[in-house]
Amino acid sequence: MTDIQADIDVLPGLDPHAPLLEVTDLHVEFRTQYGVAHAVNGANFRLGPQETLAILGESGCGKSVTAQAIMGILDTPPGFVTKGEVRYRGIDLLTLPENQRRKVRANRIAMIFQDALSALNPVYTVGFQLSELFRVHRGMSRQDSKRRAIDLLEQVRIPAARSRIGDYPHQFSGGMRQRVMIAMALALDPEILIADEPTTALDVTVQAQIMGLLADLQQQRHMGLILITHDMGVVADVADRISVMYAGKVVEEAPVYDIYARPAHPYTKALLESIPRLDMKGQELSVIRGLPPALTNIPAGCAFNPRCRYAQDVCRHDPPPPPYAVAPSRTARCHFFREVLADE
Amino acid sequence: MFRYLVRRLLQMVLTFFGATFIVYALTFANQDDPIQALAGERPITPAQRAALTERYHLDEPFLKQYWYYMKGLLTGDFGTSLTGRKISQMMADAWPITIKLALMAIVIAATVALLAGVISGIRRGGTFDNITLVLTLIVLSLPIVVLAPLSQLVFGIQLHWFPPTAGRTAPLFAFILPAIVLGSLVVATELRVTRASVTENLRSDYVRTARAKGLSRRRVIGVHVLRNSLIPVITLIGVDIGQLMSGAIVTEGVFNIPGVGFNLFRGIRTEDGPLVVGFVSILVIVFLVVNLIVDLLYAVLDPRIRYE
Amino acid sequence: MSDIEAVTRAEQQPGRDQPVGQPVDRRDKPRSLAGDAWNDLRRNKIFWVAAVLVVIVLLMAAFPSLFAHGDPRDCALSRQHHGPSGSAFFGYDFQGCDVYARTVYGARNSIVVGILATLTSGVIGLVFGLSAGYFGGWLDAILSRFIDIVLGVPFLLAAIVLAKRLSSDPQNSGIVAVTLTLGFLGWTTAARIMRSSVIAAKSQDYVAAARMLGAGPARLMMRHVLPNSIASFIVVLTILLGVNIATEATLSFLGVGLKGDAISWGIAISEAGPYVRVAAAPLIWPSVFLAVTVLAFIMLGDAVRDAFDPKLR
Repeated sequence: MTDIQADIDVLPGLDPHAPLLEVTDLHVEFRTQYGVAHAVNGANFRLGPQETLAILGESGCGKSVTAQAIMGILDTPPGFVTKGEVRYRGIDLLTLPENQRRKVRANRIAMIFQDALSALNPVYTVGFQLSELFRVHRGMSRQDSKRRAIDLLEQVRIPAARSRIGDYPHQFSGGMRQRVMIAMALALDPEILIADEPTTALDVTVQAQIMGLLADLQQQRHMGLILITHDMGVVADVADRISVMYAGKVVEEAPVYDIYARPAHPYTKALLESIPRLDMKGQELSVIRGLPPALTNIPAGCAFNPRCRYAQDVCRHDPPPPPYAVAPSRTARCHFFREVLADE
Repeated sequence: MFRYLVRRLLQMVLTFFGATFIVYALTFANQDDPIQALAGERPITPAQRAALTERYHLDEPFLKQYWYYMKGLLTGDFGTSLTGRKISQMMADAWPITIKLALMAIVIAATVALLAGVISGIRRGGTFDNITLVLTLIVLSLPIVVLAPLSQLVFGIQLHWFPPTAGRTAPLFAFILPAIVLGSLVVATELRVTRASVTENLRSDYVRTARAKGLSRRRVIGVHVLRNSLIPVITLIGVDIGQLMSGAIVTEGVFNIPGVGFNLFRGIRTEDGPLVVGFVSILVIVFLVVNLIVDLLYAVLDPRIRYE
Repeated sequence: MSDIEAVTRAEQQPGRDQPVGQPVDRRDKPRSLAGDAWNDLRRNKIFWVAAVLVVIVLLMAAFPSLFAHGDPRDCALSRQHHGPSGSAFFGYDFQGCDVYARTVYGARNSIVVGILATLTSGVIGLVFGLSAGYFGGWLDAILSRFIDIVLGVPFLLAAIVLAKRLSSDPQNSGIVAVTLTLGFLGWTTAARIMRSSVIAAKSQDYVAAARMLGAGPARLMMRHVLPNSIASFIVVLTILLGVNIATEATLSFLGVGLKGDAISWGIAISEAGPYVRVAAAPLIWPSVFLAVTVLAFIMLGDAVRDAFDPKLR
């Protein structure tokens, strides 16, 4: 894909056989004047090369925080990673000194955000924001980095790239802006791309284009893709595996078809049931009663228990359910996953 | 852009006429004996009375008088002070001194405000920030009628660090204390605006993106945050220049600096109507022009504004 | 809180899905902006310091005899520039008056003028800002242009010219003149703030909802738009109070404010100026009192503004 050799220090401990990304028992908390919010409580993820992992969950379940913790761009204070490991090809990023961690960002792991209008700097041209990556990380000249920037814009299918390079973010439409962000993320040919709700702010037709673009780029570049979203529809086409998060934990993890066909966790099941379908016409919409817990006050036992129709006494007390092995590559944190599977 | 410019110029013209009319009316309207008022407290002979009536068109309706006055203004004739000197001449004498003082003041104030504001904004809640907040609060509240005489007393007279007055021929050094005093009028708000702007921009989404791009903290703040944060501050500084040039009355009075404010104040005291109106008219123009330039500057600094 | 907000909050019922046995968090009670602001204010040390100072100054203005036993008008040239004594803590000024007594009694004029001027500005600003913001259109255009014109002349200059004009009679003390001057010139910022708050509030959904339910303009303005716009307005007024007190002193210092035998900090500072090499106390003490008073009001306004600013949470 690129003819430029990465000029990064070789990270000590890099293991070519280790999984691309492995997050183990991650805990993140936010210390505020109203109490400690436990945003992530023991999350586990695994990403293989060229794999697409979707992290699914409602607002406030900790998925964005997890992504930011992986990238190392949490607002500290008030956010603190209190436990866990984030291993990129075997190296625990959390133990790296900041200057090395910084080199991993954009070069190896890149991230795109939800609202491209606010995520891009409004006072600099798109060309500037793209070329700065090349100038800062690769030491390229202004000329060369400008050419690379135009090239990138063409790769993300922005028409008339040469003339648009001098435009400001607010002069692009929503979909175009998101493509600019993708271009920025891919500039240094990272191995992992984290997309935090990339299509939430866009309308449906543009959504499809962007998802298509992401899928194509991932294929061409052999990247791993982590897709964070709350929209189950977006995910079905693109993901290989899905991790469902609730109150800071991964409550179910499975290959994409298995989750849609036979969910093993009550939350996942309820999510799927709440998607309105054409053949349900005339019936009452199914909702999950109650609200997600305040992160300062997570219920004991299984965090979902107040809203769960399978809940029994054991669910209301600690210890919370461990990730039961439902199948060779599936886990679910529910004492009663068999009942959930059986109920169809 | 062009339409915006035209609109602003029209606004300026309207404001200019409105403001000068108000000042003119306040100075000259409804006086029992306008001639006596023009002369202040001096007695007038009938001959003088006739001459003054002719010169100032006092036998004509008020609005007509205003019209004559404006005509004169627009042709560059600012009239004659009751002391006999031409107002444009007095202006030419006083203006450079005031500009010198105002520029020194703004340079001192802006430097302090920007440096301290950026540091406070970055380390918000830290010791430096708290101390700065307290200091700005005090400076903000100290009225100039307190600050000017007291600093003259302490630093000029008692400690002898600076000369207590700065006349026309005084060296630059003598202007430093008055410039600091004058700058105190604006330094506190400039600092606070800088601080607030930096804090708000540090929380922006584009900062997160910049960090995700693996940029160093220095670059994130120095290149990305600063450029956005400084926009409101620069425009504020521009406006402040206009304000300082016209607000130096107390400072010039206390330190005996023969600038615009000093002369103007003396004119008000001695009820020198033509001088008051003449000087204020010029100051209004300067004020308006500076504000217009600042507005245009805003468009230059912030690309989002250019396309209105 | 507007009606719509109250209804929505009631339907959320945050307490219901808490697990059995855990106490309902006190902070789950519906919160209002005013309540949150008061909570923040209560914990702010600066607020309390400022509040105490303000109360002291107000008492001094209302009941000066509580603070000073001397008579500020009991002056004797024989005592000119004498040092501090038993009853005159700060000594005597160039006319032989008791500096402490004059300083204490000076509070009244400053506070009275400050409060009256601020109220005047407040009323004008409220009416102009509310109308301009609410009705928009040509009314807004005219009022905004008028504000531009008033602001076209630098504030102090305009104040001096206006004050001189209004106080043509050398006999009266000029309180009315100064009050009107400050009142007629100081309303512009308050009006602008009110106008932008109203414009922002006007476009909120709850106003549209109320209008659909048949509320007329007056009711909409009073019950829905105004309460939500009032916070910044109050903050501006608090700071304006401090500014007015300072400006009155400035005008009096320059000789165009209070005069005659009125007692004011500005006059005291101005009179003490020429004699400062002989006696510094008559300059210093009114200055300190003036500075502390202005500081207290501005600190108060600052604290209130910070408490009401949701972005600082």
